Amino acid sequence: MATSTTAPDAGRREPRAGSPARKAARRPRGPRRSLLPYLLLAPAVVLELAIHVIPMVVGVWMSLLELTQFHIRDWSTAPFVGLENYRATLDLNSAAGKELLHSFWVTLVYSLLSVGFAWLLGMAAAVVLQRPFRGRAILRALFLTPYALPVYTAVITWSFLLQRDTGLVNHVLVDQLGLMNERPFWLIGDNSFWSLLVVSVWRNWPFAFLCLMAGLQNVPGEMYEAAAIDGAGFWRRLRSVTLPMLRPVNLVLLLVLFLWTFNDFNTPYVLFGGSAPEQADLISIHIYRSSFKTWDFGSGSAMSVALLLFLLVVSAAYLLITNRRRDDHA
Amino acid sequence: MSRRHLGIFTAAVLAAASLTACGGGSGDDSAGSSKTLTYWASNQGASLEADKTILQPELDKFEKQTGIKVNVEVVPWSDLLNRLLAAAASGKGPDVVNIGNTWSASLQATGALVEFDDATLQAVGGKDRIVPAALAAAGAPGKPPAAVPLYSMAYSLYYNKKSFADAGITAPPTTWEQLAEYGKKLSTGGKWGLAIEGANPSENAHHAFTFSQQYGGEWFDSAGKPTFDTPQNVSAIKRYVDFMAADKITNPSNAEYAQNQSVSDFANGKAAMLLWQSAGSNLKTQNMPADAYGVAPVPFLASPPAGGKKINSMVAGINMAVFKHTKNRDGALSFVKFMTSDEEQTILNRTYGSLPAVKTAASDPAFSAPEQKTIQETLVTTAAPLPQVPEESTFETLVGTAMKELFADAASGKPVTEASVKAKLTDAQQKMR
Repeated sequence: MATSTTAPDAGRREPRAGSPARKAARRPRGPRRSLLPYLLLAPAVVLELAIHVIPMVVGVWMSLLELTQFHIRDWSTAPFVGLENYRATLDLNSAAGKELLHSFWVTLVYSLLSVGFAWLLGMAAAVVLQRPFRGRAILRALFLTPYALPVYTAVITWSFLLQRDTGLVNHVLVDQLGLMNERPFWLIGDNSFWSLLVVSVWRNWPFAFLCLMAGLQNVPGEMYEAAAIDGAGFWRRLRSVTLPMLRPVNLVLLLVLFLWTFNDFNTPYVLFGGSAPEQADLISIHIYRSSFKTWDFGSGSAMSVALLLFLLVVSAAYLLITNRRRDDHA
Repeated sequence: MSRRHLGIFTAAVLAAASLTACGGGSGDDSAGSSKTLTYWASNQGASLEADKTILQPELDKFEKQTGIKVNVEVVPWSDLLNRLLAAAASGKGPDVVNIGNTWSASLQATGALVEFDDATLQAVGGKDRIVPAALAAAGAPGKPPAAVPLYSMAYSLYYNKKSFADAGITAPPTTWEQLAEYGKKLSTGGKWGLAIEGANPSENAHHAFTFSQQYGGEWFDSAGKPTFDTPQNVSAIKRYVDFMAADKITNPSNAEYAQNQSVSDFANGKAAMLLWQSAGSNLKTQNMPADAYGVAPVPFLASPPAGGKKINSMVAGINMAVFKHTKNRDGALSFVKFMTSDEEQTILNRTYGSLPAVKTAASDPAFSAPEQKTIQETLVTTAAPLPQVPEESTFETLVGTAMKELFADAASGKPVTEASVKAKLTDAQQKMR
């Protein structure tokens, strides 16, 4: 702790650079100062290695093996097949490759729509709740409920709501409002995609709301006043003040939401029970089925690694582009 | 790479990493010492809690006899295979487990289970006591069994006596053609002829096996290679899905059933027929008295094609296996011996409505109720084990899921044709390796 209290001193003495006093003060501090940051970082680095990096490396290694039930107990017996798993899973002429590609497109469309709607809802709610009014706190708490509920509980409830014969959704749509003559299926067939999307948006938008609400707290009120004096209406203020001020929040929020949604396993798994209908066959479920259900961990890992590379490229490109733009603006 | 680019790269790696790093968490139960054993029981009763209540007094009895304490965890079916796989892969986990007997060869292939050679079988009571059909479903042919049969079951046709009487039907159907015909009579007024667990891959796969046998098909050839899309198998699957698609005696909603809703539908009269294994104890908990339903053998084809076999059920059942990684092998084997003893076999099978896997307990009057008699008769005469090949569990998943998709097609009004069935089965077969 000595370092942290003396560090500002060093800054204050900066103008007297080169003075003997400074040199004397610095010498003993040097080594400790260089060690401490590493010590402080160590736990995080160790955990990061254990939780992320090592499993990733193991995953890459697994993707190069023919790791089936015959070898799962002792990996050293699993034949090394090199890129064979990648060739088999990414071969777009085979059934497995076609399904993976289909699943990829479904996931991409699903993620973009889900993030888009979640952001729109979150933004709208954050803007509406920006000005104080009676009952604002209650609404804020209410809006955060989906995010606070455990995912399993929430999604199981949705799966009950969406059942064809006994679900509340069909009860309201068909029995009470009479909007449809036939009871539609929500958990199988084409509708399953939209069901999944609705549940996903419902789960994610409070997070967007939370982040944007926090971001809006940092927008100085004077800017709105100045804009109002200049005659800017609501939309103009939104476009010229709110959105630019929220840019840093949005950059991170959109990326994080996209990655979460793209990788989301719990929602489809709980909603569809392990094997999703083709129309809603998200990639995480697809990989789970390919490795756990068919006991082919090599192919499953190969798909995971391929997907990791894709997300890596997307994330890096996103960050590069957004960073460059920031530099341009600066 | 500049420092900023490195930062971006790292951020991207970390953000994307959550994908490959999502591993299946497994319980960290430690394998037993000399005085304790960990036992994963399968869910046989109405709930996990009910199973615990049923098993605990027996485990206490075992502790009194041997001084070994057994910690039981009842694992739901949806998790059991994954949990077993994790235990096999990690060498950590329970000492003794229940496994679905159809998984025997698949789990045997991992090499994680204790082999029951003649000497080991002798240690748990002897090979001769065990019902041969049940033992045949405990591992690959020609190898020492990987498990010991615990509960025996078979599929039967359960029918609602009142619905049958109301429709003027006097006897249960003995052929599928009759079943379809009766089903049409019974599918009126919001009620349906036959309930099907259409979104449950395992249930689907069990029926796939039976129907395929009746059409003269096989899912694996003698070399163990998959033969999913043969004409016989296509006809078999189409026949089963057609109960919903063509005969329309099954509520389309059943295409999304995977949590035993079909049993509930039968219990509360929404469906008049059900094909199930040992449904009696489940029906009882749903307040359907035993005299409200009849139990008959699963029907056959009226005119079976050449090569068609007279098989109307798989040899269903639960086996008990011991993990090689146990630190208390003798204790684990003595627990297996205890659970397969005449007394425990009678108590447990009577409670669960299944049949003893040992001949010596079968004579108990508890097993002469109509349901148990039908199961007994089926097991002795017209049941066959599912293919005991390492890829069996994959077969269940792939073919069962293909059938789930076909039911979804049927439910949403898409036609189910020979071509569409064959396409699904060909796809499933291509995923085997």
